[in-house]
Amino acid sequence: MKNGALLRLDGVGRDFDVSRPWLNRVLEGAPRQLLRAVDDVSVEVRKGETLALVGESGCGKSTVARLIVGLYAPSRGRVVFDGIDISDPAAHADTLRVRRRMQMIFQDPYASLNPRWRVRDIVAEPLLVLGLLKEKRQIDERVAELLQQVRLSPEDGEKYPHEFSGGQRQRISIARALSGRPEFLVCDEPTSALDVSVQAQILNLMTELQAGLGLTYLFISHNLAVVSHVADRVGVMYLGRLVEVAEAEALFAQPRHPYSRMLLDAVPDLEMSGRPRTPVAGEVPNPLNPPKGCAFHPRCPHANERCRTERPVLKLHDGRAAACHAVEEKRI
Amino acid sequence: MILEVKDLRVEFPTRRGTLVAVDGISFSIAPGEVLGVVGESGAGKSLTGISVIGLLEPPGRIAGGEIRLEGERIDNLPHDAMRRIRGRKIGAIFQDPLTSLNPLYTVGRQLTETIRTHLYVDAAEARKRALGLLREVGIPAPEARIDHFPHQFSGGMRQRVVIALALCAEPRLIIADEPTTALDVSIQAQIIQLLKHLSREHGTAVMLITHDMGVIAETADRVAVMYAGRIAEIGPVRELLRAPRHPYTSGLMGSIPKIRAATQERHVRLAQIEGSMPRLTAIPPGCAFHPRCTKAFARCRAERPEPRPAGATLTACWLYENGNEERRPAQA
Repeated sequence: MKNGALLRLDGVGRDFDVSRPWLNRVLEGAPRQLLRAVDDVSVEVRKGETLALVGESGCGKSTVARLIVGLYAPSRGRVVFDGIDISDPAAHADTLRVRRRMQMIFQDPYASLNPRWRVRDIVAEPLLVLGLLKEKRQIDERVAELLQQVRLSPEDGEKYPHEFSGGQRQRISIARALSGRPEFLVCDEPTSALDVSVQAQILNLMTELQAGLGLTYLFISHNLAVVSHVADRVGVMYLGRLVEVAEAEALFAQPRHPYSRMLLDAVPDLEMSGRPRTPVAGEVPNPLNPPKGCAFHPRCPHANERCRTERPVLKLHDGRAAACHAVEEKRI
Repeated sequence: MILEVKDLRVEFPTRRGTLVAVDGISFSIAPGEVLGVVGESGAGKSLTGISVIGLLEPPGRIAGGEIRLEGERIDNLPHDAMRRIRGRKIGAIFQDPLTSLNPLYTVGRQLTETIRTHLYVDAAEARKRALGLLREVGIPAPEARIDHFPHQFSGGMRQRVVIALALCAEPRLIIADEPTTALDVSIQAQIIQLLKHLSREHGTAVMLITHDMGVIAETADRVAVMYAGRIAEIGPVRELLRAPRHPYTSGLMGSIPKIRAATQERHVRLAQIEGSMPRLTAIPPGCAFHPRCTKAFARCRAERPEPRPAGATLTACWLYENGNEERRPAQA
């Protein structure tokens, strides 16, 4: 483990039981069925950086976020935050102390705020739940400070969520996440529900907060342009596995894994520069029945016999991690 | 011109007064041309599409202007006459392919039914045409797939079926309202290519409604940028994206994150437009954008600008009153 890693995932996996109901299994002989949402993900997030996870729907990026904040328990592997294994039930007391140092921002600001609470109560909730502040005056002061931090006015605390636009609501979720003074924020598609001009406001705010408060972000998004804007390092996921992890500059300048290349080629060309692009083919396979070998091989232009039978693991090639036989064999 | 819209005005009478959702917009689409209509939520872009296709629901009503399809007025047609035009001359593609398809019928039945409603052909011929359409929109093994139900298709394949449905009667105009928003990036790129190819091939005019400038850049020939129910700027896609004139368009373009070049500084601030789009109940007088515009001057607050030629585009902005040059009175 390198110095300065705040969070480390160690071979983390998560299965979901998607079998038919018990009665059907007994009567129809339907088998138990496990969906491998996340498999063997190992990555670390360094202090003060933004690690982005990208991938298409169903690639497991949101599951990773939920595994980290403890909304799901991992089926395999360890989640280590600042040296403490928070996925270990035996270390429960330590875990609780560590948990308040991380918070999460969700995608849909319409679903993640309780419509019947005033904004000040929403923002103050973590303070009360974590028992950080007791006196009402202190709480009010902190809430006012937080609202200002996210560029809302302290008077907005009296209002209800429906009085705000999507972007303002996302500011409220950020204020709530910041109220316990966390070091680490897990942001699950924080701007995908917003219009572009509002997205720019929120991304700028998040960048400012990171610089001002020394936050570490795990930023989950399907939008490569947004990721290239905020991320220091990027992990690309496909069907529950990390296929490439690299510094953002390196990844966007020269993606190694064929899937990263394909994703990058699918980004619309706004400058209309007419840069050459290979057309994208195929679709993400059913995760219940993933292809053998490398999960990407049916869509990969460089696949050979080995790719169809042997699953590649994430390995370092010239300082960058990619899970690809073709990269390893220097075929591409 | 296939579609001509002149001074279209859509109103919603409410107890607290009349809301003007679309306020005097004019545009036209030529055969084989893709007009992109772009704007943030609430800009009135979908309502414009719905008005053209005659699906505006009461209390909403077309309060002024006219819509002409191949020279004939269609905005004042009786229900039955409009129903014959819908599907026959105007096809529609909506955002969510699952709600556009009937889950109880096979896609083949839905296709042949639509074909036989609009064209005088027998069942065998209709099925042959349906097969041809499925092949044309790129569905593999159409002979087998034609008898499948919508749930047996993936999201991208379903959207292809919806496109095939829209093409059934060889319409002159296709209204595509956010056709790729529900899809993953790699699938989005494929659907965009398909739409573009089909409009060229058949000489169909396409009105492509989207919030995503990337999709516009990839598909459209001309773009109309909408703001608060009005057209802020309209013109050829290349010029508009490269050299936007209207302050709203340039703000919008600046706020879109782009894939960062390797040499570029990390965490640069995105240009942001302060505030958010006004609600329909509180559209400011004069230019609707003036409260958010950094270049606004006295006239913008008092008088509403109409789209005027400025360079290659038409721009509704007082800065371009006298054509190309950006001029601003000294006192501003």
